[in-house]
Amino acid sequence: MKKIGVFVCWCGSNIAGTIDVDKVVEEVSKLEGVVHSESYRYLCSDPGQAIIETAIREKGLSGVVVAACSPTMHETTFRRTVARAGMNPYRCEIANIREQCSWVHQAAKDEATGKAIKIIESMVEKVKLDEELYPIHSVLIKRALVVGGGISGLKAASEIANSGYEVVLVEREPSLGGRAMQLSSTFPDFDAAEDIVLPLMEEVSRSPRVKLMTYSELEEVAGHVGQFNIRVRKRLRYVDHEKCTACGLCIKECPVEVPSAFEMGLGKRKAIYIPFPDAVPDKPVIDAETCLFFKEGGCEACRSVCEPKAIDFDQQDTIVEEEVGAIVLATGYSLFPKEKVAEYGYGKYADVISGLEFERLNSATGPTGGEVRRPSDGKVPKELVFIQCTGSRDQEKGVPYCSRICCMYTAKQAMLFKQKVPDGQAYVFYIDVCSGGKGYEEFVQRCQEENRTLYLRGRVSRVFQDNGKVVVWGADTLSGKRIEVAADMVVLATAIVPRSDSKELAKKVRIATDEYGFFSEAHIKLRPVESQTAGIFLAGCAHSPKDITDSVSQAGCAASKVKALFAADELVSEPMVAYVDKDACVGCEMCVAACPYEARILHERKKIAMVEEALCQGCGGCVAACPSGASQMRNLTTDQVLAMIDAIS
Amino acid sequence: MQVIWQGETIPIDLSFMEVVNTRSGEQVQLCYHCHKCGAGCPIASFMDYTPDKLFRMAQLGLKRQVLSSSTIWLCSACHTCATRCPNDIDVTRVMDTLKEMALEEKIKSRQKVAALFHKGFLANLKRFGQLHEASLMAVLKLKTLNLFSDLKLGLKMFLRGKIALFPKRIKGRKEIRKLFKEIRRRGKVPQES
Amino acid sequence: MMRLSYYPGCSLHATAKEYGLSASAVCEALGIELVEIPDWCCCGASSAHSFNRTLSIALPARNIAAAQAEGLDIVLPCAACFGNMRKADLALRENEKLRREIEEMLSFEYSGKLQVLHLLEVICNRVGLEAVRKRVIKELTGLKVAPYYGCLLVRPPEVCGFDDTENPTTLDNLIEAIGAEAVKWSYKTECCGASLALIQPEIVEKLVEEITEMAVEAGASCIATACPLCSTNLETRQELGLPIFFFTELMGLAFNLDGCERWLKMHLVETEPALQTLREEHSNSSAVGHTGKER
Repeated sequence: MKKIGVFVCWCGSNIAGTIDVDKVVEEVSKLEGVVHSESYRYLCSDPGQAIIETAIREKGLSGVVVAACSPTMHETTFRRTVARAGMNPYRCEIANIREQCSWVHQAAKDEATGKAIKIIESMVEKVKLDEELYPIHSVLIKRALVVGGGISGLKAASEIANSGYEVVLVEREPSLGGRAMQLSSTFPDFDAAEDIVLPLMEEVSRSPRVKLMTYSELEEVAGHVGQFNIRVRKRLRYVDHEKCTACGLCIKECPVEVPSAFEMGLGKRKAIYIPFPDAVPDKPVIDAETCLFFKEGGCEACRSVCEPKAIDFDQQDTIVEEEVGAIVLATGYSLFPKEKVAEYGYGKYADVISGLEFERLNSATGPTGGEVRRPSDGKVPKELVFIQCTGSRDQEKGVPYCSRICCMYTAKQAMLFKQKVPDGQAYVFYIDVCSGGKGYEEFVQRCQEENRTLYLRGRVSRVFQDNGKVVVWGADTLSGKRIEVAADMVVLATAIVPRSDSKELAKKVRIATDEYGFFSEAHIKLRPVESQTAGIFLAGCAHSPKDITDSVSQAGCAASKVKALFAADELVSEPMVAYVDKDACVGCEMCVAACPYEARILHERKKIAMVEEALCQGCGGCVAACPSGASQMRNLTTDQVLAMIDAIS
Repeated sequence: MQVIWQGETIPIDLSFMEVVNTRSGEQVQLCYHCHKCGAGCPIASFMDYTPDKLFRMAQLGLKRQVLSSSTIWLCSACHTCATRCPNDIDVTRVMDTLKEMALEEKIKSRQKVAALFHKGFLANLKRFGQLHEASLMAVLKLKTLNLFSDLKLGLKMFLRGKIALFPKRIKGRKEIRKLFKEIRRRGKVPQES
Repeated sequence: MMRLSYYPGCSLHATAKEYGLSASAVCEALGIELVEIPDWCCCGASSAHSFNRTLSIALPARNIAAAQAEGLDIVLPCAACFGNMRKADLALRENEKLRREIEEMLSFEYSGKLQVLHLLEVICNRVGLEAVRKRVIKELTGLKVAPYYGCLLVRPPEVCGFDDTENPTTLDNLIEAIGAEAVKWSYKTECCGASLALIQPEIVEKLVEEITEMAVEAGASCIATACPLCSTNLETRQELGLPIFFFTELMGLAFNLDGCERWLKMHLVETEPALQTLREEHSNSSAVGHTGKER
């Protein structure tokens, strides 16, 4: 026999001013199952709450309805109240007779009173069927996985490790550093890229709490927040890093030279190589696709000079399994492909290059030692054209969005060029100048004022070769005229695009991407570093194009989210989740398809649906999808809803 | 770099802007073409190029087009542009510099009367020391062969004692003449550091 | 008694004769002694700066040099002459190279001790509106005046400096101090076209049309100016028959000075329509027994 107590709040005059509270208390006391009915001026106050506690103890109540303001205001308060008196908090329900009654019917007092009674009646019916629920506790492994060893991944790993948690850092390339290490210097202060990235690389690689896996790829991710089971494939390096002393002789001896991806094809590397000086780890790997030993056999140049015998052509694939509680994805970006920029001759003419390639030319460790030279003949260019928005803001042939960093790095590159070639002239073809960050606008102005870079507003139509020069056909809307420049070199600010396998990775990890392949955030304003999947966080350009400042900010924020998750001893979540009536389930898997949070799985053997309670957000999609009614929400079952409707009608 | 200007391909001269900068003391490359000057210019709709457009042409080194424009001569020196420019460019001063340069290079403008007026005014000033309005008007009317406009007005003004028939000659007329000569002798020196 | 060096400017003999006469009369009434700069020359107006930068500084500099002997601050009634002289003074003050060149050409030594002021500035800021109010005999009640500053009284701010560039109020306050109503309108500082009247008159016609229309729309029965060229343009190029006064003429009327009638006759646009409103107000108030404020 249920013993329900109903407590009606006056809320000062907010409720009592419109509703006849005494009448409500009287009518409600007549309801079946209601053994206590009382009103008070402010139930949320200490004396108010004391009334509820006393009633629970004295009358042995098994359920409570508080008729007051919206549950968003005080549901938690009253649940704590009943818990203090020994009742299960999930058997306390709020009947909203303020926002949904007294406040909106101030002119119709009699009708409002009647409506309030009906609202309370429906909540009484609900409480009668409420179960006792308990918060869900799940395992919380306080280790984080960071995917990507660029500046965002490094920052996240560093922050998490420094707070005392272990981090597994997986990086696909042989070295940490990512795109930032490919840059020459950064805006707006012209800090050298190395000065920004190397300290982080050193710190992370030396940290005893970081398990570093470079030249490795994420194979598989299973599980959920608090307990992800991951498998990482360590790519074959054919060099035993334990034995290698980094003497560099093997690299000297190697007869194979191929274009270096780090140098964006402008420089070369050997088949056994370290991608750049100061790489971390600073030990070489062998690229089996270009190594003669693997392609044709016979060559053992490296092995023959290796004293510690670190070269091991018989190395096998290794799969490493790890358990982590949270994942940060910082996998970075790719650039707009050459084939799509045919009208600018990109890929056709050697002297038409991308912004990142220009960075390599300007870098002291790059293929030209930092001198700006034409890739075709090595001469120093005097007339340099920069074309912004190559591929960006282009619905027809490119991507519609703005790549955010190009206006800034173009200004920076124009300034670098002028510093190195004082009698040179730089032209920038732009549509708008996007320079919203701190000190950014002033930086771009400096480029025009001090360095006399000529900014021409208009999109370039085409670039073609003529007599050793690259001719640019553009326009200047400010004068309304067409412009022609016979340039020595053209630098394209190509659009930032997601990595080609970003959608694949998203599937592996079970997060959403947008139509382009950038990872989706949970809420663009309020939750910009969380993916829609619990426990998986985003940082850097894998989420959306942004500069280093914003990438580092986002990475720090993602790290904070991880730290907040790990602050508790175990994962505790609300029990208002879905459950499955095993007897009614026919294993049709409609709920699995309907769940946006991947919280529904089919039990392999029993062929009935199961709920991953830690992932379930209580949205009710599965309940709507289930044809047999086996899928239900705890404390909001179909029976309850029908009982509430009956009470009102 | 070349500009295709009404079918003509013109190689640009980026040093033109530097000369304008030095002579005017302003930094023309600071202009980022927000068009606030043109938007507030009371004469803009009568000019062949609005002030903002003219500045762009100056930046691109289109010397002949800039110095032959009617813009520079129709500028009334109201200073609205200079006061409102977000880059603190004294546009009026630049207009003055361009007028000076146009006169020096003897580049004719579509607006022919302005230069005539100013030359006539200064010749009058040089002669008498103070402006004699009546003789200036007479000379101007003759030079522009615009004899009969404002005749009625002139008569009305005369009848109300507003026309001084005889010029006021100041004692220091010779000084004034010497001043003009001395300035001519010193030539187009950048006057300010 | 306040003594100031006086630079009348070329138009005050002829086209703006009534300005010169009323300014002298008003200054006398307020106790300002005007000492005309000996043998002053034309400041160059708009032609000098369109021709040669050095000339445009040298001509006003010659007048400053001539005034230095007397050692008095300089007052100018014409806004254009004021702008030119102030600009020259600033240039001499701030630019050493230019100053030496000019000093050499004119054989003088720039003292930098003299202030260059517009007559409006002197009356409102140095003499003060209290003193003006005390001198008023016949308040110009009922007269709705549109205060017109034009360009060179307020721009550029670093040169003129005595009032706000976009919404100046000096002239408005003066008009109110003599009992008239200064209407609120949005063309206070719009250009009249200046010397373009002799270069391309249709421009001035258009600008003056807009200015006078806006003044009438705002309810004004006349416009008050502080520049001879603005006044001439407004009088000669408009179609509405809106009376144009120099602010000193209005002051003269309020001070009940002798000679008012003589100045008013010189106008090219009949001033009666505006002054009519004034007389009606006065006759109304005398019918009720008040004869205006007696001081």
